[in-house]
Amino acid sequence: MARRLPRKDVAIVGLGWTGSIMALELARAGLEVVAIERGPWRDTATDFNIGTAPDELRYAVRHDIFLRPRQETLTMRNNSSQAALPIRRWGSFLPGNGVGGAGSHWNGQTWRFLPDDLRIRSHLTERYGAGFLPEGNQIQDWPMSYDELEPFYDKFEYVLGISGKAGNLKGEVQPGGNPFEGVRSREYPTPPMKQGYSQELFTKAASGMGLHPFPRPSANLSTAYTNPYGCSMAPCTYCGFCERFGCSNYSKSSPQTCVLPALVREPNFEARTECEVTKVNLSGDGKMAKSVTYIDANGEEWEQPADLVLLCAYGLFNVRLMLLSGIGKPYDFSSGEGVVGRNYAYQTGSGATAFFENVNFNPFAAAGSLGAALDDYNSDNFDHGPHGFVGGASITNAYTNGRPIMYRPTPRGTPTWGSAWKKAVRDTYQRVTNVGAQGSVMSYRANYLDLDPTYKDQLGRPLMRMTFDFQPNEIKMANWMAERCEEIAKAMGAKTTQLNRLTTPWNVVPYQSTHNTGGAVTGADPKTSAVNRYLQSWDVANVFVMGACTFPQNAGYNPTGTVGALTYWALDAIQNKYLKSPGALVQQ
Amino acid sequence: MSSIVKKDATKRRSRLRPLLALALLVAPGAALADPDNLVEITRGKALVTAGDCVACHTAPGGTPFAGGLALQTPFGAIMTPNITPDSTTGIGSWTADDFARAMHDGRRPDGTRLYPAFPYTYYTKVTRADSDAIFAYLRSLEPVSNSVNRSTLPFPFNIRSSMAVWNGLFFTPGEFKSDANKSEEYNRGAYLVEGLGHCGACHTPLNAFGANKADRYLQGGVVDNWTAPNITNDAQAGLGKWSVEEIVQYLKTGQARGVIASGPMKDVVENSTAKLPDADLKAMAVYLKERGAAGPSAPSPVAASDSRMKFGEAIFVDTCAACHVRSGEGIPNVFPKLAGATIATQDDPASLIHIVVTGGQGAATATHPTAPTMPSFGYRLSDEQIAAVVTYVRNSWGNAASPVTADTVKTVRGKVTGAAD
Repeated sequence: MARRLPRKDVAIVGLGWTGSIMALELARAGLEVVAIERGPWRDTATDFNIGTAPDELRYAVRHDIFLRPRQETLTMRNNSSQAALPIRRWGSFLPGNGVGGAGSHWNGQTWRFLPDDLRIRSHLTERYGAGFLPEGNQIQDWPMSYDELEPFYDKFEYVLGISGKAGNLKGEVQPGGNPFEGVRSREYPTPPMKQGYSQELFTKAASGMGLHPFPRPSANLSTAYTNPYGCSMAPCTYCGFCERFGCSNYSKSSPQTCVLPALVREPNFEARTECEVTKVNLSGDGKMAKSVTYIDANGEEWEQPADLVLLCAYGLFNVRLMLLSGIGKPYDFSSGEGVVGRNYAYQTGSGATAFFENVNFNPFAAAGSLGAALDDYNSDNFDHGPHGFVGGASITNAYTNGRPIMYRPTPRGTPTWGSAWKKAVRDTYQRVTNVGAQGSVMSYRANYLDLDPTYKDQLGRPLMRMTFDFQPNEIKMANWMAERCEEIAKAMGAKTTQLNRLTTPWNVVPYQSTHNTGGAVTGADPKTSAVNRYLQSWDVANVFVMGACTFPQNAGYNPTGTVGALTYWALDAIQNKYLKSPGALVQQ
Repeated sequence: MSSIVKKDATKRRSRLRPLLALALLVAPGAALADPDNLVEITRGKALVTAGDCVACHTAPGGTPFAGGLALQTPFGAIMTPNITPDSTTGIGSWTADDFARAMHDGRRPDGTRLYPAFPYTYYTKVTRADSDAIFAYLRSLEPVSNSVNRSTLPFPFNIRSSMAVWNGLFFTPGEFKSDANKSEEYNRGAYLVEGLGHCGACHTPLNAFGANKADRYLQGGVVDNWTAPNITNDAQAGLGKWSVEEIVQYLKTGQARGVIASGPMKDVVENSTAKLPDADLKAMAVYLKERGAAGPSAPSPVAASDSRMKFGEAIFVDTCAACHVRSGEGIPNVFPKLAGATIATQDDPASLIHIVVTGGQGAATATHPTAPTMPSFGYRLSDEQIAAVVTYVRNSWGNAASPVTADTVKTVRGKVTGAAD
């Protein structure tokens, strides 16, 4: 039996980017805030110490700061005719664990979605006609515009200190930036990172092809920076231990570097770590959340009453908590009705590997978001008419790392062990680069999340089931992008190239991307969205849901920039609308 | 409730509970905070902050003011007493006169002598009115029952009456006397520095009897194997190059001139100076700047061609330069500047060795909340390597200080890691 604790104003589930930002701002607004986090406390000083942080075996191979399947896992299948099986070792995506969440172990690529991405259904229909959209799609406009989100993108980028070059300042296209991006109200907080030799070749080749390369916006900072919360960061040393690691150098924007130092000073904030929220408890009529139930590290159960409940866990786990708590109507594939679990989407990866002669690319001098990119083939920046697909990809030439265990590129067909492999590693390490395409994934009726009918967790609760595969539109798009990447690779002077097509069917084993989106999408219509335009549950007015689970479909970018913008957007609505007059912010 | 994991910083916050809440929490029967006395209690709280009483009278992870910290002295460890108003284990049975006598004369209510680890040699200058206000504040705290073993000093130092001789030699009860030729601000600063602030307790060297050397007041000392630098106006080792504003900024925010407070000064800044009124900080800075320069003259730097310097430079480039930068300039607000840092040029190298061996965290304040960390390198640098790199830091980029030997590193390492000498 859960023991009941004194009431708080706000209970936050999960203390990563969205939870820490909400906690800091609401605590400063005078509210009593408790954040309840499943994993351990983590800070730079103790957990990301330079003496132990660059340990590839511990962190990258053995997943030290990631979620363990025994804590929570999913079942997975490619389509609804299959029986789903549990994921017993995380592979295709790696959810975070502990304070900081994925914001601790990410690479740091911090994009804004394009204005067209946010009204993509209207845009595509206007340009190509409704018949152009892929079969079975559930593509939806976002319920807010880019212009509405812009101040909140800006705020998030200035908290993180993002390094980049603006391509469109107040409507003026800027040389060296991304000419396709939406209007920015001001320049990036810090200048772009220094690029390597490979990016020089990419930039030159792409420019020569009439494309528009620019430095990728990066949360590995180019210079020292102090953010509006007073948190200070140091310039990146290009050590190449970003993704899967915490940064020991105060150089990668994370909750640890950007928010927590200010948050822990707030007297009315409290963090309860190693405490897993198991349920949001609703009032009898199901219209209000009364409290959350959680289990602490000793296995004891507690009930924390709160006036406002913010779901700030990783997107997938927000969706499961909603399903387990009865917040919103679960999506039913057979009828197409219901919203929670609807429109799960992901990310495509394809491209070309380029092998050179007589170069030293020095891939070890790297950073998670170092690189040059171009957006000529993203979103609807090019005419899709002749191609028969929708969506696009950001195309990038980058080294996130050249680490000794896992970065061992060899040409396809090389033996995987023995002297021939060793020789290939020696010959290839300095001479290979990659032109990659990270592509959008549209939403479809057939791709969704629901509760598994068979498999349960250690508390007897059903696991969440993921039904997902790349659809013909995404396969066509990603493979077309791979060809574009190969063209650029050849123009860079590669002696040989190798096309990397999208691997299908989607498989959970090889790592692909931790950009899981949808399942609790934001929208204007409660029949097709779980949360309204302020990320407030349509059904339970004192529950707000953060994260990429609110994306109606995924764009050809990393999601964190948009997750951050949505967080500040929702925060603004909570502070200026909800707290003044608690209740539904959008009438049904 | 004990199973609820709370962040340390949140706990620490409990020290700052609003006074009224504190008053409400006082147990029946204890000296109740008199609401009419709120002004006095508030004033007392500010003085307790200025004196940084909490730093010594709180055990690691313990309740504030409930004592139990093992204070290391050259003669052994002294456990600090509980100064909450608990009548059996704290000062619940004390009167304001008892308290004033402790502050002014260094004696307990029964007349026995306190050890000067309690800096009554400084507090003797605190006025009776301020002493009463401090007492009023301490009486308003929640009484905590925490029995502290007050007899941890080894023979012969455990004989308290021996302190009579010590006091005869090194202690004259007195009062603060203002200097009529100086400004009111200077005198306010002097009262704080010489009295409650007890800055000299750390920043003045000790003689063989554990008394501050009066003739070397504020010329730098060593506390708990950390160097407390010269804070006279000396140009090389002291505050000569610091402006009044920079000193205020340092005390207020924990950072100035590229330097970040660490070691025991981190606690002083966080618990005390960051919370003082700006006017008091400025007064202290004016006093420190105006009272003059003193200290040994700076030595010539060890030549860059010296083999120890070459060895040290190689280690610096490999191990230190990624953060502190090749030029020793550091990174603003994150990695301290070593070029021109007074901590690098004190005659005693304890702090530099200490922080290389154990690592350490900088001060976190409202202005600079990050509290960056120096990692420990004791696990992978030998005594010879540390001696070389510390010598290099002490003699590069315009710094000049005596070279450091491997034996000195070995001694400090033994003390700070608990390893056998």
